[in-house]
Amino acid sequence: MRDERLVEQLVAAIRTAETILPEDVLVALKEASAIESGVARVQLEAMLKNADAARDGSIPMCQDTGIQTFIVCVGSKFPELSSLKGSIIEAVRRATNEVPLRPNAVHPFTGENTGDNVGEHIPYISWEIVDGDSCVIDLLPKGGGSENCAALGMLPPGVGINGVKRFIVDHVVGCAGKPCPPGIVGVGIGGGADLSLKLGKLSLLRPVGSRHPEGNIAALEEELRDLINASGIGPMGLGGKTTCLDVHVEYAHRHPASLPVGIVYQCWSDRRARVTIDANGKIEVT
Amino acid sequence: MERILTTPISEAEARDLCVGDVIHITGTIFTARDEAHLMMLEKGAPFPVNGLAVYHCGPVVQKKDGRWRIVSAGPTTSARMEIFEDRFLEKFPVRVIIGKGGMGEKTLAALQKVGVVYSHYTGGAGALAARAISEVKDVHWLDRLGMPEAVWVLCVEKFGPLTVTMDSHGESLYDTVGKTLSENIQTIHDRIERSK
Repeated sequence: MRDERLVEQLVAAIRTAETILPEDVLVALKEASAIESGVARVQLEAMLKNADAARDGSIPMCQDTGIQTFIVCVGSKFPELSSLKGSIIEAVRRATNEVPLRPNAVHPFTGENTGDNVGEHIPYISWEIVDGDSCVIDLLPKGGGSENCAALGMLPPGVGINGVKRFIVDHVVGCAGKPCPPGIVGVGIGGGADLSLKLGKLSLLRPVGSRHPEGNIAALEEELRDLINASGIGPMGLGGKTTCLDVHVEYAHRHPASLPVGIVYQCWSDRRARVTIDANGKIEVT
Repeated sequence: MERILTTPISEAEARDLCVGDVIHITGTIFTARDEAHLMMLEKGAPFPVNGLAVYHCGPVVQKKDGRWRIVSAGPTTSARMEIFEDRFLEKFPVRVIIGKGGMGEKTLAALQKVGVVYSHYTGGAGALAARAISEVKDVHWLDRLGMPEAVWVLCVEKFGPLTVTMDSHGESLYDTVGKTLSENIQTIHDRIERSK
């Protein structure tokens, strides 16, 4: 089942995510450019020029238009629940032709590309049921280069929070220029193997510069950001003060014997958009 | 130093470039990723490539009114090509490699031997790259390799900014950044140990 009007708006949201860099990321890149010089500044200026070219031409910022990812938060009384999945899948097919997107859904065994960004479990749709009668769909198209720099650490709890910090910093620094820095480091701590990585990915939905509501977690985010930026890796790994734009941390309670740490990296081309649908069917794309 | 190079680029021009130079390219470049490298090594170049630039890139391309148009064309990770790039350069003496992330020792040695530079193009800057591509001149092996892996021959105008990060004098910016990092990492670890 699908809803034609919703499909249209979802295609518009995919286009928005792929072609317009969110304001918070633009501001962060401009601030970084102001404190850098030489090769590092050349990179940041190219990123900003690229954002302009993509927005003005309505073309994807990066040729790797990513795996289409949808984080759906739907109210238990939302009337159009049955048409959401079908609409999302149809929107991905259409956006592949219309935006256009690079066909990025490949069979892991045969190597065959489906050609329309739709395949087994892809687009990736995460579902959460909440109270209420409206629906929020967050789009987070995610490129391969940065996703390849994700990591999971099942740390012994005895290493404590300093062990967690060291694992995160060593991993991000070890990736150097590979994930297209300066990006956003999403971290999930606790839960379990899968949940820590999922929390890391969900944390990427937060704007750059936003802090966790709990003070000690917020302080940890800033500390990790500063530690990573002390590495000297810099924009695109060519040296400089800005290796990441921000670090976002989310947590879940953990098993007494486990300390999972999930790291999900988002490149500087931090593509995001949101579709909000109210109970009367009014759809808004931001 | 900033300069514009026009293809075909001579060996002397390539050898004149140093790490840190920012260049733009005008003329002809062609894309080649993993599969295209293998194909060219096996079957030879599908057109004359001497003096051109090879671009590690899998573009988004659209056919409109019977003509190919580059939509977005940023660089891909060059490290994947390390396993055969030295043989590629010896067989096909292009003068500039365009990619991201840098390459290893085997390629660095080949750059010295053949007279080539590796230049870094900002990862993710696919729209900016597309704007500097005026025309798709040709495409080779599209049916066999598919859109991202095919060899796209592109007319470019002031394509860049490209930063020379590995030159023909044995210098690599990645080695320099690596050294800085190994100096800094100890301080970072000490800061973590001292924190609460």
